Amino acid sequence: MTDKPKSIVLQKLTERFGADIVATHSDFGDDTALVRRERIVEICTYLRDDPDLLFDFAMDLTGVDYLGEEPRFEVVYHLFSLEKKHRVRIKARVPEEDPVIDSVIPVWVGMDWFEREAYDMYGLIFRDHPNLRRILMYEEFEGHPLRKDYPKARRQPTVGPQE
Amino acid sequence: MAVNREKDGAPGFLTTRFEAMLAWGRKYSIWPFTFATACCGIEVMGAFGTHYDIARFGAEVIRFSPRQADMLLVAGTVNYKMAPVLQRIYDQMLEPKWVVAMGACASSGGFYNNYSVVQGIDKFMPVDIYIPGCPPIPEQIIDAIVLIQKMIETGEPRARERWPIKI
Repeated sequence: MTDKPKSIVLQKLTERFGADIVATHSDFGDDTALVRRERIVEICTYLRDDPDLLFDFAMDLTGVDYLGEEPRFEVVYHLFSLEKKHRVRIKARVPEEDPVIDSVIPVWVGMDWFEREAYDMYGLIFRDHPNLRRILMYEEFEGHPLRKDYPKARRQPTVGPQE
Repeated sequence: MAVNREKDGAPGFLTTRFEAMLAWGRKYSIWPFTFATACCGIEVMGAFGTHYDIARFGAEVIRFSPRQADMLLVAGTVNYKMAPVLQRIYDQMLEPKWVVAMGACASSGGFYNNYSVVQGIDKFMPVDIYIPGCPPIPEQIIDAIVLIQKMIETGEPRARERWPIKI
């Protein structure tokens, strides 16, 4: 798979950002780039605005917990271009002791709830998010349930009727 | 109740206790409130529909206001976020009231052994009748209503009167 020439997306990304693109692959036709989290907003802005790329549709954002690896967490962005009809997957590793990454809401406003979900489920902090509250669980919930070290049998106390 | 008959066999008058008379009236006018959150709700609709026709047991007046209902039918999965809502609805119901936990999820959490689902609504509110099944068939809902009718008739204490259960 590595022998194939790089797609235009990955080619332009590596040309533009160099060492900030940690790794790329196109296994099974899925263009994927692992990037450094410090430049995620710049990279996303470039992906959206470059006339050859035009990733105007941010389809998904989610977190992954690689418990035992370092850095532990990963934020995954799935992007699609309605104009060019191509896709790319951007990944950024985030360490456990400082689980912070810049919010991409300035780039795609629709990422608001996805980031809240990733915060809710994994405890990832999206810097400069205007409203980083839990979205699926309730306010009193303790912990982040999709983390691999969240005990399966753990039960939360039931909350009484809300005022 | 004892019915005294006239000479021609027609019932003339009857003697009874007030409680028995009241219970007789209550048992044939159980107004259910359905709290349907999952697939059990579809079976509830089947039970209320023309084929199974729960009206035969006097329970056809579905009240979507807890203040007018006698029986709370919790049909479906209740998670921690929904629990306060259900509890408030239960608190709003007027006495006397009965609670039916319908299906595996409402009775025990079902196969949702996870962070978000309450492992049975009896973790936070009293339950009179449990209906097993995933989902239960409409006959089982009818059976639950008949069981509640028996409870009313015999004056069996409701779960609320034994709440909270101490083990």
